Amino acid sequence: MTTAASQIDIDRDKGDFKYEESHKYDAGYGLTEKTIDYICDVKGEDDWIRDFRKRALKVFESKAMPTHWATKDLDNIVFDNIRYYLAGDKQAKKSWDDVPDEVKETFERLGIPENERKFLAGVEAQFDSEAAYSNIKEAVAKDGVIFMGSTEGLMKHPELFKKWFGKVIPTGDNKFSALNSAVFSGGSFIYVPPGVKVSHPLQAYFRINAENFGQFERTLIIADEGSEVTYMEGCTAPKFDTATLHSAVVELVAMPGAKIEYITVQNWSSNVFNLVTKRAVAHENSVVKWIDCNIGSRLTMKYPGVVLKGRKARGEVMSIALANDGQHQDTGAKMIHAADETTSNVISKSISVGKGRSTYRGQVHMPKHLKGCKNNTECDALLINSDSRTDTYPAITVRGDQNYVQHEASVSKVSAEQIFYMQQRGLSEAEAMSLSVNGFVNDLTRQFPMEYSVELKRLIELEMEGSVG
Amino acid sequence: MEAETGIDESIRYDFQNHIDSLNTAPEWWIQYKQDAFDSYMDLPLPRRSDENWRFANRSDLDVERSYAFDGESSLADRSKLEQASQFTETQSGSYVFADNQLVSANHAPQELQDKGVIWCSISEAIERHGDLLKDYFMKQDVDLGSEKFAQLHSAFVTNGILLYIPKGVEIDAPFCAYNWASTPNGAIFPHTLVIAEEFSSVRLVEAHLSDGEDAALSCGVTHLFAGIGAKINYTHVQNFNEQTLGFQINSNIAGKDSQVEMNSVILGCRHYRSETHGQVKGSGAHVDMRSMALTDAGQEIDQRTLQTHSAPNTTSNLLFKNALKEQSKTIFSGLIKVDEGAQQTDAYQTNRNLLLSSNAEANSLPGLEIEANDVKCSHGATTSEIEDEEIFYMLARGIPREAAQELIVYGFFEEVLSQIADETLAERTRELIRAKFRG
Repeated sequence: MTTAASQIDIDRDKGDFKYEESHKYDAGYGLTEKTIDYICDVKGEDDWIRDFRKRALKVFESKAMPTHWATKDLDNIVFDNIRYYLAGDKQAKKSWDDVPDEVKETFERLGIPENERKFLAGVEAQFDSEAAYSNIKEAVAKDGVIFMGSTEGLMKHPELFKKWFGKVIPTGDNKFSALNSAVFSGGSFIYVPPGVKVSHPLQAYFRINAENFGQFERTLIIADEGSEVTYMEGCTAPKFDTATLHSAVVELVAMPGAKIEYITVQNWSSNVFNLVTKRAVAHENSVVKWIDCNIGSRLTMKYPGVVLKGRKARGEVMSIALANDGQHQDTGAKMIHAADETTSNVISKSISVGKGRSTYRGQVHMPKHLKGCKNNTECDALLINSDSRTDTYPAITVRGDQNYVQHEASVSKVSAEQIFYMQQRGLSEAEAMSLSVNGFVNDLTRQFPMEYSVELKRLIELEMEGSVG
Repeated sequence: MEAETGIDESIRYDFQNHIDSLNTAPEWWIQYKQDAFDSYMDLPLPRRSDENWRFANRSDLDVERSYAFDGESSLADRSKLEQASQFTETQSGSYVFADNQLVSANHAPQELQDKGVIWCSISEAIERHGDLLKDYFMKQDVDLGSEKFAQLHSAFVTNGILLYIPKGVEIDAPFCAYNWASTPNGAIFPHTLVIAEEFSSVRLVEAHLSDGEDAALSCGVTHLFAGIGAKINYTHVQNFNEQTLGFQINSNIAGKDSQVEMNSVILGCRHYRSETHGQVKGSGAHVDMRSMALTDAGQEIDQRTLQTHSAPNTTSNLLFKNALKEQSKTIFSGLIKVDEGAQQTDAYQTNRNLLLSSNAEANSLPGLEIEANDVKCSHGATTSEIEDEEIFYMLARGIPREAAQELIVYGFFEEVLSQIADETLAERTRELIRAKFRG
């Protein structure tokens, strides 16, 4: 049997580095009204934002930890030991030349080829709290697409921002959305005008660079009538000894007929608490698809949701979670049906390696007086070692007329016969295992954009190394 | 505040009366009840944040306000109830209780008694089989949310049955226990304790029924203990009137190579909460848990289940089916728990909800917690209406729509009913279902 010692440590070579910290702005440790005043002053925010943040702080303080259902590990977060705002420079960079060398080095270490850097449509790289580099590819801007840091968006497009900001995920939704509302900085703001189909996926890389530094991005994406947009975020983070908190809020608005695809590959280092609230509102005939891939972090709690508000709206969540030693991937999906003939589909695959634990939590809600709604949920879990663990906790409420819900979950292990077969053909046990695991998630990874599925495949191979033998 | 003190006093007064009425009971039993009552008073009512009560109606759980625990009965016609307590063709013995009091008893045949079979009421068991009770009475954990109500049960329980089957004894004909609720706003506490020793085999049928249409409280507990290689087949029919508030706390422990089967047919109660814990403790053990419920206007059926596998090479299978008419509500919350080291576990859980009205609400919380890797576990939950095609098929054959619906619902339940071993009992339950369906 595999012992803990023989488990390969999660390979984070790519992300295992950090810079000299040189933060011009630092709000210090702990969170009080003063911290919020500091953030507002530095960012030069309007009073309504200051009030919004302060109200959120009160909500955050009044809410209890959700440990009556969630893992007790949450109690290990010491909010006083976290710095809530750090920024190198408050202006987002405009051109490549303005990008600090340190950030360029980050791209170097991430292995992004020179030509790809230029090719990537409007790379938005977040270095600590502020967007350090933001470049909208001209072609995209010509169509009227707004793609910028959310701080900038708040300044430049308050009329758009205010209309949707905090509407999809209200401050009081949960303790961590309240925390984010109090101290948010960074994140992306995207507006796609009616009928515009953004041809390139918009991407953002997020990094955490300071010890004990929490990131609280706030992303708001609005796809106007009949438009289409794909957004990708991928994260790697340097290794630290003390826990780091990451608590983002992502709000998507799909207007009638719009299509939004939001792709996340999460590979935080194994000391990060990743507590994220993601939700979309889907109007008539729109489609929102969350593709969510969780590989890193110590504890991830993330349940992307879609509120299906317009007739024939569709919501999808495809998720892959990989939990290794010391990790708990607590992920899932929320589908709130609020109009007739809405459909939703959730496919979740999780792999638990070593002492890793993966959890699926789901909610499907179909209230009274709705007609012809459908939901399909499939959760498959693969357990690699004898001390791996997996849980499934769906909650399904159905009322109404001609509604249909089905939920299925299964738990299994890699079949010994499969491994034997591949070994007969000259593969090592580890290679066979890795191939088998990749096969398990294959039908999902196929739906990912190519570069992500390649990266994912490599990550799974790395994670599976040494898990057998 | 004054009103609350008043209620507090009234249940204390009822409990004191209850203790006083047990003048011949042994000291340990009195002490046991006293402790249970104290725990009941200490434990809080279920809270909103309580995961075990998610989606549940908690507005009527403060039972002290609505029911009398003093044990007085207004029961008039005992022979009527006795005659109505005939659910099976044959029987090895039967007990009929109404308002916790004995109505009639059919003892086990002498031949079985000679082999050491014990079939007696709990009140008799307290006098004669104290040692057995000390070892087994309420010795299975209550861990699905109704801890407080289990203590209430222990504090006030006076009757129910004890069935003890010694090693190697196999009995074909079922034992039957009937519990009636009769007095308006009264409370009954049916208790069922089955102990099947090594390689024994036994069947038990239990029915919970109402005499009249008055509101009442039932707070029952069933514990099954299956020793090595033992077989227990238990069928429970709940057909209280639709004013009743019912709690039913079931648990079984399946030892090595044993087989436990639990079937429930649920038709009655305004609000019914059942908890069933299948503890698969010995390797080679197999546990089956099945249930069917038919609900109509105003009913809430809240079922929580747990399948715990703590030994390798065990299997369990759960099938809970609900058909919902009118404005009614069901909650199914089930969890499969496979402990570390319980390898080669096969555990399945299926919940099917058939919505027959757009006002019906089905909640489903099927869960898994798996800590062993060499297992086959799955759960499936579906909720839907009758498919148009099925109706169309029957319409095309000249069957009117209503009859077609009815047939489909009966067919839906047949998956559970066909597993009831006693044909007369199965037929009896089909009659009850038909009567209810046609309202």
